[in-house]
Amino acid sequence: MLEIKNVTKIFNGGTVNEKVALSDVSLTLEDGDFVTVIGGNGAGKSTILNMVAGVYPVDKGSIVIDGVDVTRLPEHKRAKYIGRVFQDPMMGTAADMWVEENLAIADRRGKTRGFKWAITKKDKAKYREELKELDLGLDTRMTTKMGLLSGGQRQAITLLMATLKRPKLLLLDEHTAALDPKTAAKVLEITDRLVKENSLTALMVTHNMKDAIAYGNRLIMMNAGKIILDVRGEEKKNLTIEALLEMFTKASGAEFASDRALLS
Amino acid sequence: MEFLTEFFGYLGGTAPSIAAQGMIWGIMAIGVFITFRILDIADLTVDGSIVTGAAVCIIAFQSGMNIWVAILLSTLAGMLCGLVTGLLHTALGIPPILAGILTQQSLWTVNLLLAGSSLSFTFFEQDLLPIVPLEERIGNTDLILLGFVAVVIAILYWFFGTELGASLRATGNNPNMSRAQGINTNFAKVLGLVISNGIVALSGALLVQYSNGYNINMGRGAIVIGLAAVVVGEAIVSKISSGFIPRLIGVVLGGVIYFLVYQLVLFFDIKAELLKMLSAAIIAIFLGAPYLKKRYGKKKAQKEVKSNA
Ligand SMILES: Nc1ncnc2c1ncn2[C@@H]1O[C@H](COP(=O)(O)OP(=O)(O)O)[C@@H](O)[C@H]1O
Ligand SMILES: [Mg+2]
Repeated sequence: MLEIKNVTKIFNGGTVNEKVALSDVSLTLEDGDFVTVIGGNGAGKSTILNMVAGVYPVDKGSIVIDGVDVTRLPEHKRAKYIGRVFQDPMMGTAADMWVEENLAIADRRGKTRGFKWAITKKDKAKYREELKELDLGLDTRMTTKMGLLSGGQRQAITLLMATLKRPKLLLLDEHTAALDPKTAAKVLEITDRLVKENSLTALMVTHNMKDAIAYGNRLIMMNAGKIILDVRGEEKKNLTIEALLEMFTKASGAEFASDRALLS
Repeated sequence: MEFLTEFFGYLGGTAPSIAAQGMIWGIMAIGVFITFRILDIADLTVDGSIVTGAAVCIIAFQSGMNIWVAILLSTLAGMLCGLVTGLLHTALGIPPILAGILTQQSLWTVNLLLAGSSLSFTFFEQDLLPIVPLEERIGNTDLILLGFVAVVIAILYWFFGTELGASLRATGNNPNMSRAQGINTNFAKVLGLVISNGIVALSGALLVQYSNGYNINMGRGAIVIGLAAVVVGEAIVSKISSGFIPRLIGVVLGGVIYFLVYQLVLFFDIKAELLKMLSAAIIAIFLGAPYLKKRYGKKKAQKEVKSNA
C-alpha cells in the first residue's frame, strides 16, 4: 500500500542550520496495516508523514502509494490518496465555514471541483448520519461555524473528513496531543473504529507509549531521522513500556529523550 | 414624493449623484471584498486595474464597438491584471502585497500608453453613452447601476455556492487544510484575483462613463476606498445578518456612505485631501477595534480566573 524507499530529507541544506530530519528511511506498509509511530522530540516522525503527504519535496528516494509513484506529485494531488489529521485542532478545518461545508469540501477530495453546488440535500442527510455516529451531539450543529467548536469536536470532525472519502492511507500526527485526557481517549476510540470499519491503512504518531502498544498491528520507533525499531503481530501485542524503553536504549545508545512519553 | 424628486433633482443638478457614485465604488469594493475577506489577501492591483478598465472601455467604444462589448472587454482586461498579480505571487513566490504593487506600477505605464500619453482628458461628447447617461437622466443612472449591482451580487452568490467557489473560500480560510483536502490553493488564489480585478475593472468602465472623462489618476487610493467600504459596510450589516448576500449589499452600502461623507466634506469646504487620511483612519479603527477588544477581553477573562483561584 505504501512504500517509502530510501528517503532522505535535509532542512536548510548547505547552511549552518543544516538539519538531517530523515536519513535514508525505508518503510513498507501492507494493505490494512495500522502502524503506530513513537520517538523522542525531533526524531523525524512529523517529517516522515509530511514527506508522504507531499508537504515538502523529497531530497532523495521515492514514495509509492498503491503502486503509484507520487514522489513528484504536489500535495493537493496526493490528497486523492491520503486523509490527514494534524496535532493542532485548528489546522484540519476551515474555522469560518460551517461544519457541513467543511464536510462537503472533504467529500470532494480527489475530484475536480466545478460548477455543481458545493453541498446538496443528499449530502446533508449523509453528513448528519455520519455525525450521529460520532456520538458527540454534532449532528444538530451542521450549520455551526467550525471555529466555535471545541478542540476535541474539531478533531473528531477532522477525522471524519479524513475518512469520509475512503483514503488509501490515513496519516495521524499526534492528533490527540492537544486534547485533555478524556477527550483524547474518546477521539482515539473514534479513530480506532473508523480505521477498522473502513479497513484503512494508517500511520499514527503518538507520544503516548501505552496507546502505541494498545492500538494498531505494528509499531515503529524513530530516533535521529531513522527507524530504529519495527515490531508487529504477537510480539507487538506483548510489548510493555519498560521493554520499549529498554529497546530504545539498546538501539540508540541513549536514554529516551521525551519525558512526556515517560510520564504517560 | 415631491420632496424626494426635488431633492434628487437638486443632487442631480448640483453634484454628482451620491447613490450612483457610491454604487460604482461599491462594485469596486465587492472586488476588494473577494480578495481581502475571502482570500485574505490585500491586493493593491486595484489602483491600476480600475483605470485599465476605464481606458479599455473608452478605447473600445471610440473604435465603434457596442458599449456592452466595451464593458465586457474592460472586465476581461481587469481579469488579465489579476492574472498577472496571481502568477507573480503563485508562480514566482512573490508576497501578494508586493505582487499587487508590481502589477499596479506596470499598469501605470500601460494606462498611460492606452490613453495616448495624456495625463487627463475627456473623451465623450455629452449623451454619447447609452448606458449611463448624464445629469438630466440621473434617476435612470441609479436604476441602471442598481441593475449592475444586483447582477454582480447574484453571479457571485451563485459562484461561491459551487464546489469551485467553496474551494476559494476554504483556501482563504485555511490553506493547509485546503491542500490536505486536494484543493490547488495556488489556482484558487489566482482565480480569486482574476475575478476580483475583473469586477474592479468593470467599475472602472462604469466610472469613466459616469464621470465622462478619463484621468490617469482616477484610481489612486481605490484600494483604500474599497477597504473603507468593506469594513464600514460589514460593520453595519453584521448586526443584522451574516449571510453572503447581506454582506455584499453591506459593502455596496459602504461605498454609498463613503460618497455621502465625501459630499459632506466638499459641502463644508473641507479640503478633499483630508478624506484620504480620514479613510485610512476609518480602516485602522474598524480593523483595529475587534483586535483590541479581543486582547482586552482576554485580559479581563484572565483576571477573572485569577480572582477565582
Ligand atoms: N520546516 C522545517 N524547517 C527546518 N527544520 C525542520 C522543519 N521541520 C522539521 N525540522 C527539523 O527536523 C527534525 C525532525 O522534526 P520532526 O519531524 O518535526 O520531529 P518529530 O519527531 O518531533 O515530529 C527536527 O530537528 C526539526 O527541528
Ligand atoms: Mg511532530
